[in-house]
Amino acid sequence: MTMDLWAITKRVAFYALVLFIVVVAVFPFYYAILTSFKSGTDLFRVSYWPTSFSLDNYAAVLNVGDFPRNVLNSIFVASVTVLLALFLAVTASFALSRVRFRGRGLILMTILAVSMFPQIAVLAGLFEVIRFLGIYNTPWALIFSYTIFTLPFTVWVLTTFMRDLPIEIEEAAIVDGATPWVIITRVFMPLMWPALVTTGLLAFIGAWNEFLFALTFTSSNATRTVPVAIALLSGGTQHEIPWGAIMAASVIVTVPLVILVLVFQRKIISGLTAGGVKG
Amino acid sequence: MAHIELKNIKKSFGLVDVIKGVDLEIFSGEFMVFVGPSGCGKSTLLRLMAGLEDITSGEMTFDGTLVNALAPSKRGIAMVFQSYALYPHMTVYENMAFGMELAKSSKEAIKERVEKAAELLQITPYLARLPKQLSGGQRQRVAIGRAIVRDPKVFLFDEPLSNLDAALRVATRLEIAKLHHQMNSSTMVYVTHDQVEAMTLADRICVLRDGLVEQVGTPLELYENPQSLFVAGFIGSPKMNFLNGEIASKFGANTIGVRSEHIEIADREGAWKGKVVHSESLGSDSYVYVDIGVGGDPVIVRQEGTHLHQPDAAISIAPIPGKVYRFDKAGKPVRN
Amino acid sequence: MTAEATAGTVVRTQPQIQSELMKSRVAAAMWFLVPMLVALAIVAGWPLLRTIYFSLTNTSLNNLYGGDFVGFKNYLSWTTLKSGRTVFSGLLVDPAWWNAVGNTLRFAVISVTLETVIGMIVALVLNAEFKGRGIVRAAILIPWAIPTIVSAKMWSWMLNDQFGIINDLFLNLGIISQKVAWTATADTAMTAVLIVDIWKTTPFMALLILAGLQMVPKDVYEAAKIDGVHPVKVFFKVTLPLVRPAVMVAVIFRLLDAMRIFDLIYVLTPNSKATKTMSVISRENLFDFDKFAYGSAQSTLLFLMIAVMTGLYIWLGKVRFDGGDR
Repeated sequence: MTMDLWAITKRVAFYALVLFIVVVAVFPFYYAILTSFKSGTDLFRVSYWPTSFSLDNYAAVLNVGDFPRNVLNSIFVASVTVLLALFLAVTASFALSRVRFRGRGLILMTILAVSMFPQIAVLAGLFEVIRFLGIYNTPWALIFSYTIFTLPFTVWVLTTFMRDLPIEIEEAAIVDGATPWVIITRVFMPLMWPALVTTGLLAFIGAWNEFLFALTFTSSNATRTVPVAIALLSGGTQHEIPWGAIMAASVIVTVPLVILVLVFQRKIISGLTAGGVKG
Repeated sequence: MAHIELKNIKKSFGLVDVIKGVDLEIFSGEFMVFVGPSGCGKSTLLRLMAGLEDITSGEMTFDGTLVNALAPSKRGIAMVFQSYALYPHMTVYENMAFGMELAKSSKEAIKERVEKAAELLQITPYLARLPKQLSGGQRQRVAIGRAIVRDPKVFLFDEPLSNLDAALRVATRLEIAKLHHQMNSSTMVYVTHDQVEAMTLADRICVLRDGLVEQVGTPLELYENPQSLFVAGFIGSPKMNFLNGEIASKFGANTIGVRSEHIEIADREGAWKGKVVHSESLGSDSYVYVDIGVGGDPVIVRQEGTHLHQPDAAISIAPIPGKVYRFDKAGKPVRN
Repeated sequence: MTAEATAGTVVRTQPQIQSELMKSRVAAAMWFLVPMLVALAIVAGWPLLRTIYFSLTNTSLNNLYGGDFVGFKNYLSWTTLKSGRTVFSGLLVDPAWWNAVGNTLRFAVISVTLETVIGMIVALVLNAEFKGRGIVRAAILIPWAIPTIVSAKMWSWMLNDQFGIINDLFLNLGIISQKVAWTATADTAMTAVLIVDIWKTTPFMALLILAGLQMVPKDVYEAAKIDGVHPVKVFFKVTLPLVRPAVMVAVIFRLLDAMRIFDLIYVLTPNSKATKTMSVISRENLFDFDKFAYGSAQSTLLFLMIAVMTGLYIWLGKVRFDGGDR
């Protein structure tokens, strides 16, 4: 009997811990959604459950100011950055994983080192380059600068992945007369699309969330990306922070991301651990 | 159709010498089998012929042309891999057509050749399927079909049967033998560690050991006239019985070898007396394991038909005169 | 005889006969690598060199090419007054900088430690088999998926002194007796930053540790269970040593990441001296205070610190790799 009681206690404690983890993980997002549907003075009354439903905040965010434009900027910047990084990374990781040549280890080490770079260390120099190229305050400044973190990441993950593709398939293609370019595009890419999707998605999230470069290399409301727009969202007066609108904007940019992440859950976890544990 | 010559071929990976100087001639239309224990370099030698590895030194010619540096696709070879190496995302048809497509052949020519090869291998019904929808044996046939479509001068097989189960292995072995007869203008080089495959398929066998050629000859030559202890032990099943010491010196040798089928159960002059360790009957023939009290492995004796021997029963066995192989200390045959 | 001997040595020392295949593959590899290397050189190598150069000049934001070379003056310089007293100035004697260094290190050490411990607990929970495990795993991915800026805003709303739900909850539970201005008070600002960072980053840590845990063969646990070893002992004697390599990699990645933290602090506790980190203070000098060269010097120092840590990691990692090869 005492044994049973002990077992039950343990079980209850375990599930309490599980519940605690889930609540802590989800609550802030839940609360942001809750807040985004409140308007007027409701906003300033603390409540744990939905009490009112109003779309005022969403209307404000979507109709006033440049927020829709900011969302489009973010989508454009993140997509182009990812496509560019994947294009450069697929060919580079073929060379790094499949061809024996001197200096390969050094290049891999350099890539790992660049991925550890503090962004602030290149900020001054990048600012100069971006000014020089005349792309300051355009989406291209961000696409250009985001390469510093998306490229090492995609190269690293795709290299680990490509290393595991069977060698005999490549040799069969060589005997069939395939050049390295043909091997990549017609044999490896079709086998790698799950890895490409995962890597691309992770790089996309990284680019979507970036703040420091976006804050520094854009200067007008119309060219900003979503994180900067949310950070700088201000109300009518200096001291009035439009919490409702901020929460609505937050929900708008986070919901698609959360859905993507939940859909690709398994792939993302394996992608993260491939980049982390194996690296 | 190609006449292949290897002259003092060497291959090292870093400081490890894998092929240590191989001289070999493979005649046009011949079925040559490389056989040897794992690590003897037989697969490396095949990959050197394919051009998938660089030759460290020596000369390799196909029909008199030096091919040392020639790309695999320009050598007129086709290769069948151990793991089949089919392109998983392409249908059987696309798999077989890929090489010709890259060579920019016309659609009609590709279609004609793929269909012909598919018919030959009886895989026509599967042309639209993906490799993962096929059985192991079917996949291997597709791999062979892909090789045929390339219409090569030389077929290279790298242990193509080792991933198949026993029954399928025998059936596919027959297919390959048939293929050789149908395409007798093609030279075929086949790597295996299984001496039964070597004996049944080969026109000639090349036994490799430690990166060097141990002996080259027809299966019967190797069986009847092994030029070393190693070849004698490697060719033939069950393994040849080897005896040292006093028994061997009576024959004027350091080691003598007798095949199990060349030992009789007989009590005559010079017979070896011992006792039965174990006996097996396979129906068509039986094997008796006999301990003749000289240490080492028991002597295996083959008898036709079904015979059972009680363990520990006394038995006396004798080699058939003239069928005893004699070897000196260096493992070379003793000649008089 | 001599000719043969020479030929022999030539074969030994020279690279192998290069076949068409190998040549074309190496050539292709070079073509494939050049665009990536050029890209990295333009976005990382060159800007880094320029930043370091700027730190040795008196360049200003409005006149990027008008700076003069001043040596290490931004880092340290001194003048001797008439009275004979030497006055030092520059980054190395700047209390604001050392305050930022202290904040950064404190943040990095505390956040990574807590994230590792909590991440380990969450990973152990997820490694157990129970109903609804998939839901829990999905739930903990949510903080990871939310952009840092958004989580900073969400939490600053929750931590709001007047209308925040945290104050409301803590008051109701009796944990605090009056409302706390979490992000604005110097005493609690760092705590607020830590809470948000731990909330956001622990899932990543937990998933990495979980991957390590799942590589531990199940029969190890079963053997321990049959031997009657206490679960706590199993954890410290079996599980922990087996997952330590995976955890160490994750910890180092996170440490390097935490050292460069910027966005969370910029949004959650702007202008708070108690949380200003190296990245924040550098950017302030670079773009807000018109001390471009001085800010460059600060970013250069941060880079050097991280470079030393990375070098140490790669070096130690290699040692461990060789040791593990036995």
